[in-house]
Amino acid sequence: MRETFEHLAGTLSGLTEPGEIFTCLLEGEDSDFVRLNRNRVRQAGHVRQLELSIDLVEGERHVEGSLNVSGNAERDREALAEMVELLRAQRAHVEPDPHLLLATEVRNSEDVRPNGLPDSAEALDEIARAAEGLDLVGIWSSGPLYRAFANSAGQRNWYESANFNFDWSCHLEGDKAVKANYAGFRWEPAALAEKMATVRHELEVMGRPPKSIEPGHYRVYLAPSALAEILSIVSWGGFGLKAHRTRQTSLLKMAVEGRRLNPAVTLVEDHAGGLAPPFTASGFLKPPRVTLIEGGSYRETLVSPRSGKEYGVPVNADGEFPQSLDMAAGEIPRQAVLERLGTGLYLNNLWYCNYSDRNECRITGMTRFAAFWVEDGDIRAPLNPMRFDESLYRMLGEHLIGLTAEREFLFDTGTYHQRSTDSLHLPGALIEDFAFTL
Amino acid sequence: MKLESIAKAFRERAPEVEYWSLMLVDDRFEALSVRQNVLQPVNNWRNGGAMIAVHDRGGMGYGATSDLTPAGLAEAAARATEWAHRTAARSLVDPAILPRVAQEGRYSRHGERPWSGMSLSDKIALLQDANRTLKAGARIVDWSAHLVHLARERLLISSVGARLEQDFECIGGILSAAANDGSETQNRTHGEDLFRQGGLEQLEATGFPGEAERVAAEALQLLDAPDCPSGTMDLLAMPGQMVLQVHESIGHPLELDRILGDERNYAGTSFVTPEMIGTYRYGSPLLNVTFDPAREGELASYRFDDEGTPAAREYVIRGGILERTLGGAVSQARSGLPGVANSRASNWNRPPIDRMANLNLEPGDKSLAELIGSVERGVWMDTNRSWSIDDSRNKFQFGCEVGRLIEDGELKGIVKNPNYRGISATFWRSLDGVGDASTHEVRGLWTCGKGEPNQAIQVGHAAPACVFRGVDVFGSE
Repeated sequence: MRETFEHLAGTLSGLTEPGEIFTCLLEGEDSDFVRLNRNRVRQAGHVRQLELSIDLVEGERHVEGSLNVSGNAERDREALAEMVELLRAQRAHVEPDPHLLLATEVRNSEDVRPNGLPDSAEALDEIARAAEGLDLVGIWSSGPLYRAFANSAGQRNWYESANFNFDWSCHLEGDKAVKANYAGFRWEPAALAEKMATVRHELEVMGRPPKSIEPGHYRVYLAPSALAEILSIVSWGGFGLKAHRTRQTSLLKMAVEGRRLNPAVTLVEDHAGGLAPPFTASGFLKPPRVTLIEGGSYRETLVSPRSGKEYGVPVNADGEFPQSLDMAAGEIPRQAVLERLGTGLYLNNLWYCNYSDRNECRITGMTRFAAFWVEDGDIRAPLNPMRFDESLYRMLGEHLIGLTAEREFLFDTGTYHQRSTDSLHLPGALIEDFAFTL
Repeated sequence: MKLESIAKAFRERAPEVEYWSLMLVDDRFEALSVRQNVLQPVNNWRNGGAMIAVHDRGGMGYGATSDLTPAGLAEAAARATEWAHRTAARSLVDPAILPRVAQEGRYSRHGERPWSGMSLSDKIALLQDANRTLKAGARIVDWSAHLVHLARERLLISSVGARLEQDFECIGGILSAAANDGSETQNRTHGEDLFRQGGLEQLEATGFPGEAERVAAEALQLLDAPDCPSGTMDLLAMPGQMVLQVHESIGHPLELDRILGDERNYAGTSFVTPEMIGTYRYGSPLLNVTFDPAREGELASYRFDDEGTPAAREYVIRGGILERTLGGAVSQARSGLPGVANSRASNWNRPPIDRMANLNLEPGDKSLAELIGSVERGVWMDTNRSWSIDDSRNKFQFGCEVGRLIEDGELKGIVKNPNYRGISATFWRSLDGVGDASTHEVRGLWTCGKGEPNQAIQVGHAAPACVFRGVDVFGSE
């Protein structure tokens, strides 16, 4: 693959004319996708895709294009030549871009992560055995991922990672189900067995008569995967510089009024600790960490190259949303969560969150999968789905009781267009007076 | 990219299996955007690849590749065959029960005024003009105008003689203004749900860029507007909200693959069960919903779905009674239930699954004035901005960019932050007024997410204004 990329960069270099420069980003994957329903295979296949994005620049005028490439030198040269011709023709009609920012310092990098992947079909056999008798639904995704940057100045950045992500749920009647995920770089059958044992245990509880609750305020525990749903929505426009400067961030009251979250809340974009490439699509190297919220107060925003130029702020991110969000741990031991919860709701997952009032950072969403009613520290019954509608300023502000001492590293399961390299590293959160509405 | 020559080369070296199909895709996408009077980078996306499906020895597999050389396609076919063999013993679906399409056909839709008929400079000038209109005052803190165009070509061939060509173009124009005062920001947009098949003539037809002045004015008005009242009252939902209501609480729950459980780990299941087909009262007698792949200009129009099934208009709900689901040939064969031709793939790199295409709420007989006049106390809402619904597609909560009070049959002042919530299974039975053709609008959403691996696809919805009684309406805190 690396040879293919070097060839593509070399071809682009040969296609540029005097006075022109280019940047390019290769995004590639060789992925197995196996979709399961009722512990049987619904769809199974392989996707090999390579996409090259090009920015063709002359002075401050530039036009962008992306295209699928094959890896066949002759065919790719034809396709690149056609694209470069199109970009050059369009560039004659565009105005100089005052917000164009290019990486001018050549900073090469290489990030190759070890490949310990299993054979997909063999892993699926193990999954089938481990889930025997269960109504399992889910997706197996695995294979190598590639990201690479090159520009006219000779900069080269290479990222290569091979991981698997098995995301599944096991179902009883109706909507009673338990969700789980096993993702990583090296397949360990024992780890799968342990997770499947937990699923079987939780399914036993899900089989009890369900409890319905009335709308109102309840004490809740959000497991890391549930908290991830909340923070993923806040990441949607909450942390970017442009969103802040144009007053469209959902954290506007933190930015304008100095509103604060609970002092226990510290959020960091942990470029160094995540799964995403350490360089941006335009060739900037990311700093190791960007502190977004510290001790409950807003600190830095995420700055893309365009916003960096527009607002005169150093670049510290690719897009203006977290890719490797890290939340500091708290002090509640995981084994003490039920006791500290006392009577309330233990929520493993939330679903379909959206802003109901962006100015107040109020978020609505649903409980889903293994949601439990807890009394006096004991899980008593599965909970019928409930809608919540609650402000971040309350749930992670005045109503936050505490965060767990242990955290979970969550691989993003997203596969829109391509497999995601995003991740989250989160504790669980114990919250009082959490509002449910329907 | 010449799809025909690629297909010919593949056919000459086709895999020796019981059945194969090859879908070739060539998309040319162009996006132009001006934000705060500054042209953003013009973006061109050329997306092309192949999806090869194989049925052999009782199994099914697929191989997708961006390498369209004969060697690349052969490798993808080998991968597909390997997956078919390796999963045959555990396949959920027996490929022997699936129909194999052998027919030939063509669908081609292009605009009266082609995208290429306007120069790039003129398109940029159009966006700059819109930007100047959108910046209607100091309190407008961000503003932008966008144009997108997609020219799509697809060719499907199969080992039993299918040859289906489909090519069309889609277009859309978006206007956006954000107004701010202190710690409050209000947004108004136009066009995010107005994508259509066709050429430049569709921009004017959908109000681009003519609605720019209204968009900016309403963003400013919202800053000074009172909050939407809370309580049980009537809702008059305009087409800009109806498309979302139809999409989330009729379209998704009727997708047959959800009912069959394929989506339970991701997009979710459905409150609809197979026994409901033919008898279930989904809504009031005023509710008539059609699957209409032939609606002129609607975004998801086609003649064949991506498995080659010929598409035709069908009633999904008639007189409030559920008649059929939205399930393609595979789901129909699995379940024995009636469906439609809606097996669709977002692109060459994803296999087809059941998707909405054009799903339309048919017009009724009430003018907008009559609908307003029928409301004693309620809120008019337009332009969806927030959507959330449970995994069975039942408990929903939706919000709109703008609302207006209705009192004693008269439309009153603007209100901000309008929201409402309800339960699909009962909400549609409160439908008490359906707008006539004068209120009926053809709209389209560019991305609807579903599937594992994930797929984002275009859907079309046409809907009139509608009145619902006794809805739980609320505003901000």
